Amino acid sequence: MTQKQLRIKINGDTYLMYEGQSVLEACRSAGINIPNLCYLEGVSRRASCGICVVEIEGARTLVRSCVTPIREGIEIFTNTGRVRKARHTNIKLLLANHPRNCLECDKNRQCELQKLSDDLDVRDTSYPKIRKKHYDIDASSPSLTRDHEKCILCARCVEVCSQVQSVDAIEIAERGMEAHVSTFFNKGLDASECVNCGQCLLVCPTGALMAKHETGSVWKAIDEPGRHVVVQAAPAIRAAIGEEFGFEAGMPLTGTLAAALRKMGFDRVFDTQFTADLTIIEEGNELISRIKNKGVLPLITSCSPGWIRFAETFFPKLLPNLSTCKSPQQMFGTLAKTYYAEKMNIDPSKITVVSVMPCTAKKFEARRPEMNSAAEYWRNKGRRLPGGTRDVDSVITTRELADMIRESGIDFARLTGEKFDEPFGISTGAGTIFGATGGVMEAALRTAYAELTGKSLKDLNLKAVRGMGGVREASVDINGLTLKVAVAHGLKNAREVMEQVSKGKSPYHFIEIMTCPGGCIGGGGQPVPATTDVREKRIKAVYSEDESMPLRESHKNPAVIALYDEFLKEPLSGVSHSMLHTEYSRRDLYPGI
Amino acid sequence: MSPEDLISRSAEKHGRERKNLIPILQDIVRENSYLSEEAMVSVARELDISPAEVYGVATFYSFLDTKPLGKNIIRICKTIICYMHGQDEVIRAIEDRLKIKLGETTPDGEFSFLPTNCIGHCHKGPAMLINDRVYSSLTPETAVRAVEEYI
Ligand code: SF4
Ligand code: SF4
Ligand code: SF4
Ligand code: FES
Ligand code: FES
Repeated sequence: MTQKQLRIKINGDTYLMYEGQSVLEACRSAGINIPNLCYLEGVSRRASCGICVVEIEGARTLVRSCVTPIREGIEIFTNTGRVRKARHTNIKLLLANHPRNCLECDKNRQCELQKLSDDLDVRDTSYPKIRKKHYDIDASSPSLTRDHEKCILCARCVEVCSQVQSVDAIEIAERGMEAHVSTFFNKGLDASECVNCGQCLLVCPTGALMAKHETGSVWKAIDEPGRHVVVQAAPAIRAAIGEEFGFEAGMPLTGTLAAALRKMGFDRVFDTQFTADLTIIEEGNELISRIKNKGVLPLITSCSPGWIRFAETFFPKLLPNLSTCKSPQQMFGTLAKTYYAEKMNIDPSKITVVSVMPCTAKKFEARRPEMNSAAEYWRNKGRRLPGGTRDVDSVITTRELADMIRESGIDFARLTGEKFDEPFGISTGAGTIFGATGGVMEAALRTAYAELTGKSLKDLNLKAVRGMGGVREASVDINGLTLKVAVAHGLKNAREVMEQVSKGKSPYHFIEIMTCPGGCIGGGGQPVPATTDVREKRIKAVYSEDESMPLRESHKNPAVIALYDEFLKEPLSGVSHSMLHTEYSRRDLYPGI
Repeated sequence: MSPEDLISRSAEKHGRERKNLIPILQDIVRENSYLSEEAMVSVARELDISPAEVYGVATFYSFLDTKPLGKNIIRICKTIICYMHGQDEVIRAIEDRLKIKLGETTPDGEFSFLPTNCIGHCHKGPAMLINDRVYSSLTPETAVRAVEEYI
């Protein structure tokens, strides 16, 4: 279907634009930027902020360009005195109810409201503050904080939580001067349906939604004499960290990342891709065993903690479908304080495990009470670990890491690439692609194929499971077995797939689900902005990194092979079960109702 | 009728669609005088929408109460025209008389004092309702006298 073109005029110049575009989008394609605070491409059209107003020839009032479609012959004016005045008024009304303490604000220098006020040269406001009701900061969630005072009620968070994630944890409650973003009965976010994904804070134009910070505890551990601080960096970090330092999106910076972490003072710089490879071995064997022993199918991946919480909240009956494998982050934490401690002869109570994750939900995952297998391991050996018993002590996001690199005075752009440390720094391309939607599936298929046939796939690139389609499916023939698989990213797509499983109508053996659109590379801890375009570029970086690796199949990772020889014995062994596997429990949000 | 029955009856009558949320909530308020947490969760389940969305709608409309209310309900107009006619002092006078804040209910359960939107007496603002009766052109003194009629 070819789209109809319309002839329109913007500020006196004529353009041809496609029917269906809004005035704002058409102006943007013409290279004319219209300021906006509530519009969110493809997601929200609430038109609540009134910043995007323009004049249209023949219209008596100004119109909101984000919700006004173009039509043949329309004449748009984006830069008249009347438009400028209206934008000023609207910004000033927002500022009148805003704390304006940028220096104390976490969003300082990355804030859309701040930037817009500066761009439009609004320095002060003469309007009185009308918002009177005060709400305390909601710090109940281990992943994010909400500060109502900084909220401009654009509702982007509400729309993302609903339209992209189908979680619907928040809505605008009350009206007028009392309006605020609220969970059900204004409970703390942690008591709501929220799954900690952080997609809302990626789109929040102000400092109203912020990730919880853990940089303080990381510095403290680094500074403490005698403490052995190991850091693991998730696959998705290398594909995005450059954006924080002026690099174009889509530049993989693995070596630079390792160098920066070493310069910051970590004792060992490791790679979560190592345990991603390990996850593939365990999960691949779990799949094969479930197929052979007629276990519960489809098997569904379990490395994305937001998705786990989603399943525990909305699909408790299907928890037996989830893989019992812990996520790579948690496998790493357990092994660092057991296998690694023994191998290197380091007192496990002196080890601090720090993770750099693209994800706010990883902060939640590390705090799940059952994530203390290392302490359990030592207790069985008659040793109590003093202090914290968590396998992973601190989780920082990509953005927090960038803050720490800046604070260290490291000139990131000028670093020479270095390697991760052994043994947990060794990984394969299969571990790398964990960072993108479809990557876990592709990595698992590479290994399952080899496991069942004794030889590698002819083409390791399984293009059918790649891409940004919401739900993608593929079939792979392995020795006469047709393995049917599906991949979903973004929880709205996950819900669709799960409803099918619920009804017993799912044709698949294996399903990969990642919480965030695009997979981990689009996580709530990644640099902003995280538009679809940026996410696609990060995905490209992930696959190019995979192609550049000498080993691209998890089972070929020599450090993983050594780990089985020395410690775990074999996949799904007793040791594996107590160290690398876990269980889930239903969440009753409204008990008794 | 049990709350669940009431809700499923009402959902049956109006249709289990998002657009019928308000009439269903009104039915519950008519029967039970307010919307409890339990009632809102049940409605969300009936209509297959989120509890947060039900809460958002319920708190948006001032005629949908989300707290148990007193025997007499004072609703004072908080819309801009009444505001300009000195509704602030009227509110303060009533708060002082009943020793509660706007939005609260007296401990003895006799009075609830609530804000509402325009009640159509703007030309004679400030205006308020006590139960079904309108009081307009209020001053702090006449407002307190009106309240005292119900003590
Ligand atoms: S939200 Fe933005 S404008 Fe507001 S205090 Fe923070 S940085 Fe400043
Ligand atoms: S973190 Fe995710 S689930 Fe929680 S409110 Fe934000 S978008 Fe919704
Ligand atoms: S919290 Fe942020 S995204 Fe949500 S309504 Fe407020 S300003 Fe907008
Ligand atoms: S961007 Fe159009 S009204 Fe906010
Ligand atoms: S503004 Fe108060 S009654 Fe209309």
